[in-house]
Amino acid sequence: MSWEQALLIGVLAGTGTYLVMHRTLTRIILGLGLLGNAINLLILSSGDGPGVTPIIGREGDFTDPVPQALVLTAIVIGFGVISFLLAMAYRSWTIDGNDEVEDDIADRRIARHEQSSDHGDAT
Amino acid sequence: MNTLLPLMIAVPLMGAALSLLAIRSRNAQRVISIVCSAATAAMAVAILIGVDRNGTEVATIGDWPAEIAINLVADRFAALMLTISSTMLLAVLVYALGQRTDDERSRWYHPAYLVLIAGVSGAFLAGDLFNLFVWFEVLLIASYVLLTLEGNDGQIRAGTTYVVLNVIESFILVTGVALIFAATGTLNMAVLPERLAELPDGIRLGLNLLLLIAFGLKAAVFPLFSWLPDSYPAAPSPVSAVFAGLLTKVGVYAIIRTQTLLFPDTNRELLLVIAGLTMVIGVLGAIAQSDMKRILSFHIISQIGYMIMGVALGGVAAISATIFYMLHHIPVKTSLFLVEGIVERETGSSTLGRVSGLARRSGPLAVLFLIPAFSLAGLPPFSGFIGKTAVVTEGLDQRSWWIVAAAIAVSLMTLVSMLKIWSGAFWGAPDPMPTNGEHAGILRKHPLMATVTTAVVTLTLLIAVFAGPLYRFCERAAFDITDPSAYSAAVLP
Repeated sequence: MSWEQALLIGVLAGTGTYLVMHRTLTRIILGLGLLGNAINLLILSSGDGPGVTPIIGREGDFTDPVPQALVLTAIVIGFGVISFLLAMAYRSWTIDGNDEVEDDIADRRIARHEQSSDHGDAT
Repeated sequence: MNTLLPLMIAVPLMGAALSLLAIRSRNAQRVISIVCSAATAAMAVAILIGVDRNGTEVATIGDWPAEIAINLVADRFAALMLTISSTMLLAVLVYALGQRTDDERSRWYHPAYLVLIAGVSGAFLAGDLFNLFVWFEVLLIASYVLLTLEGNDGQIRAGTTYVVLNVIESFILVTGVALIFAATGTLNMAVLPERLAELPDGIRLGLNLLLLIAFGLKAAVFPLFSWLPDSYPAAPSPVSAVFAGLLTKVGVYAIIRTQTLLFPDTNRELLLVIAGLTMVIGVLGAIAQSDMKRILSFHIISQIGYMIMGVALGGVAAISATIFYMLHHIPVKTSLFLVEGIVERETGSSTLGRVSGLARRSGPLAVLFLIPAFSLAGLPPFSGFIGKTAVVTEGLDQRSWWIVAAAIAVSLMTLVSMLKIWSGAFWGAPDPMPTNGEHAGILRKHPLMATVTTAVVTLTLLIAVFAGPLYRFCERAAFDITDPSAYSAAVLP
């Protein structure tokens, strides 16, 4: 693996992780896209180094075709999942006009409970 | 080459395609689903019998040499999991037809369900790590569709957490797969054991942990479980029955494969601690809930702890206990969610405050709940007692006192939380009080749902009755998988 490749994987994974930490689904999806590409590059670099020809016939030196087959599969799967997530984000937007990821019901109940008991102490 | 193995995946996938073509006719879709899933279940039984008689079956797709081909491998463990999972998938499908809710009427329910069957079969049969990842994705994408079928507010909210976490899980898994390929030059599970054994310890540890985190998230072990009680209750009942019974168990299956075949005997102390925490925290969560579906969802987590405990203890005896535990747990958990589905269909709610006095209204329904509930808690003479005894005995043999203490305490607490459902929903006076004959026979009103639930509950009883032969089968299966060289010898000619 060349250092440029390593750097690119690092930057993509870092920015992807940063975006996934956000609360809006659109940003999370963008982050997942970047993370996915970082991992696709990682798969690609698990084969031979750069500069070797792809597989042609049976003669001569050629690069390992397995990581390329793996990365193609991974790209297709990633595409499908991201499309599904985008559809969900759109649905979420049509339902309540935003695409914020909410807390789960139990969390919200506990938060409400704490708020009301704080309020009770103050009065 | 055994042609049944690829058919286990091909038949439901072709059914899904046909089902999409027949999208205008619900009845055609129903027929296709029933035929395909019944055929899959029948083939799984045939594979199970064949494998037990003749040893591990292998199908090399495209007839390439086995080292580079895409292999489908069915050993006794995989065949057993295929049989029990395809039977449950068939049962839940029939139940969903009987439930006649909007979910089953959705045009996308049947195609997605068939893809789910194909994904589950593929994950159990995959003979290399990358295909394991691919089949995981297939079953996950089908589960995303099933979870968000109605597309209402609650499902989208729960679905978002579920999908995003599972995508991240897939990323971790595929990173692990890429690094294993970089380190060993192969992903074939028959070649990997010897290649991985040559690696330095540090690299082995890192690779093992990557796979464990990915599969652990799928199996909902501590501390990676928080997505589960949030997302499963949002799904419609027949769907959550399948999710609860099967999907986390596919994760457990992958963990067992990883820890017996690829990285035998590594990280056992870590897994033991995780198992203990998973049990305790899962059951504490269950006690704190006040909704049937949420209580049952937390139970999934604590039960996963027992399975991981068996894996962590290691050795033929503990692994056979784990396999038996999985065999018992899948129908028991499914039947509990099926009973919950009947309750929700009848009363319109699964919250304990709003449902009460069901035992007075329908005695048989109460019995159908009590049997799997006692079984899950591990009371004799039900199947859970045998499973728990097997795991705990192995813990005693290996002198892991604290995990044994935790296992027994969690079993009691499971009973407490089951009693919470019992006293909340089943005991007491019915509300509203039924006038004479009005509410008579909840089960008679939903004949198909009642029949399926009774059948699955009977199956759990049969597992207890035939525990002897079944346990001996589990021991044979465990003997196979704890010896990586046997797996390699079976796959590679």
